Amino acid sequence: MLYRTAGQFKTSYHADHALFPVRQDAILLGFILLLAFVVFPLTASEFTFRAMLIPVLIYALAALGLNILTGYAGQLSLGTGAFMGVGAYACYKLTSIFPELNIVLAIALSGFFSAAVGVAFGLPSLRIKGFYLAIATLAAQFFLVWLFEKWAWLYNYSASGAIQVPNIDMFGVTVAGPNATAIVQYYFVLCVVCLVTWFAINITRGRIGRIWKSVRDMDIAAELVGINLMKAKLSAFAVSSYIVGISGALFVFLWRGAAEPVLFDIPLSFRVLFIAIIGGLGSILGNYLGAILIVALPVVISALPSALGIPIASATVEHLNTMIVGALIIVFLIVEPHGLARFWAIIREKLIMWPFPH
Amino acid sequence: MDFLNSILVKPFADMFGAPDFLLQVLWEGLVSGVLYALIALGFVLIYKSSRIFNFAQGIMVVFAALTLVGLHEKGVPALLAVPLTLLVMFILAVAIERVVLRPLVNQPDIILFMATIGITLFLVGFGEIIFGGENKVMITQELHIPTGSFEFEPFGGFVSIEQKDLTAVVGAIVLVAGLLLFLNKSKMGRAIRALGDDHQAALSVGISLSTIWVLVWFIAGVIALATGIVWGARAGVSFALEVIAFKALPVLMLGGLESVLGAIIGGLAIGVLEKLFEIYWGQPLLGGNTETWFAFVFALLVLLFRPQGLFGEKIIERV
Repeated sequence: MLYRTAGQFKTSYHADHALFPVRQDAILLGFILLLAFVVFPLTASEFTFRAMLIPVLIYALAALGLNILTGYAGQLSLGTGAFMGVGAYACYKLTSIFPELNIVLAIALSGFFSAAVGVAFGLPSLRIKGFYLAIATLAAQFFLVWLFEKWAWLYNYSASGAIQVPNIDMFGVTVAGPNATAIVQYYFVLCVVCLVTWFAINITRGRIGRIWKSVRDMDIAAELVGINLMKAKLSAFAVSSYIVGISGALFVFLWRGAAEPVLFDIPLSFRVLFIAIIGGLGSILGNYLGAILIVALPVVISALPSALGIPIASATVEHLNTMIVGALIIVFLIVEPHGLARFWAIIREKLIMWPFPH
Repeated sequence: MDFLNSILVKPFADMFGAPDFLLQVLWEGLVSGVLYALIALGFVLIYKSSRIFNFAQGIMVVFAALTLVGLHEKGVPALLAVPLTLLVMFILAVAIERVVLRPLVNQPDIILFMATIGITLFLVGFGEIIFGGENKVMITQELHIPTGSFEFEPFGGFVSIEQKDLTAVVGAIVLVAGLLLFLNKSKMGRAIRALGDDHQAALSVGISLSTIWVLVWFIAGVIALATGIVWGARAGVSFALEVIAFKALPVLMLGGLESVLGAIIGGLAIGVLEKLFEIYWGQPLLGGNTETWFAFVFALLVLLFRPQGLFGEKIIERV
């Protein structure tokens, strides 16, 4: 009833191909944006910003980047964490070499570095496919993390081997570093995420997106109809790594505040992959749903025992957490292998049909 | 010139300048190569029979070793603890088949791969709750594994070979030989290979998918226990062992995902080469710790010339 499409007539092809052919979708999106831009900042606490809202957005962005590569272009990658690291370290070097550089520009530029590295490690995809390629991307993962550790120039020869984000101002407001307030950082991340999402939605709907999908579905057939596989795969690697790199820069500059190489190790890659898969491969919305589940769930589980008054050691809670997340991944894969985005698609379908069964 | 010299000449001069040290390095590399090969073998078996890329093999190694040590701590005699651990691995295999694999039959490869990562996370949490996260000592003595070392003096130098390493190598050879015999000669083994060739054809001649899957996961569990004992005797039993699963991945790339022979040769090659690279190139020139990535980069370079690995089945693509 809420989603009744009756009466919404399309009188041109243009209208039929619009981003929101159903008016309620646009209303829903407006509602979500209202929630994100107005309601959350008014109500959320410092803890909620730092533990839930900002990480959800950043992880969703990283998953979006991975999803373009894996979900749209069909190239499985296990090196996301390292590409995030490239973005973070590039941004760190840019801000320390050019302290006057606007932070937005620094983050936008750092994406290009990770895009370049992504293309370099994407070159084997022209020869190698499937799981062989997945393992090949692990080469990037391990090599880059090793490089972050050994190449002292990257962390300005600091004794700890870690990078520390300085205070960075933009238009008189501190946006990054120890003095920044959570709400400013939240708005900053939210704006970047919205911008990139808008870009991603359009690029995946357009010509390049269709090329990627055809390569994903069957690359030889795609080649036979005249698609340049090299361009298609490498552009997917470039765009994906660019977004992942930006998310890495945000990850360190607007959330963690400091980072050491271990942070970008394989667990980070896997977490992003979980988000993309549980959310739904080949969907933009899924990344957000997946990020909410994977990021927020552990926070809720750790808070639960103390809230209920059950005394459990914090180490046990952590182990339980790992166990529950593992079990949940399996359960979600069994219940809906196409991810949370498919869940929403089914619900939406039902709402449009309601009250009729089909 | 100096740079080229330090890359191309000096390492080899070092090698032949101290042949006894080279021998020691080669032996160490060979032993870790045997372990990589064992883990890769677990992967290959499961991949061959079900096209599942089993990421959980590493945690199965840890889990098997922890169960063995944990049972012994509870007062079970060591020689009884081994069959009991095998029983636990069997139950694990049945549980994985029932709960995880059966509902996911016919899903895309990546979904099954994710499911095995889910299994990994679950077992990590489960294992830490039951056995605790701290490092444990493998019950080497109780299992009657010799612990002394043989010492040689070739080329006027000194080489020491630990007896437990030697036991590991011999044990691995016996295990692999047994496995090859089983796969090639027994009825069950043939059923496994038939399933690997074509699921539907195998089903249509009456091979039970679920029985074979349980069997294959159980064999992977047995290999995991063997790996766990050997590696645990060298480095102790802890969840840090899980990372050796990553070491098996380049072995798989190099050898080919479907090839038992490839897993063995690839494992040995990578074990030896990464040790040589680390000692003669990594430490003097690159600041050490190159073992984390060398195997991957090496395998990647080989793969550029042979996309299906050295011994993998030829990839035939049709539209």
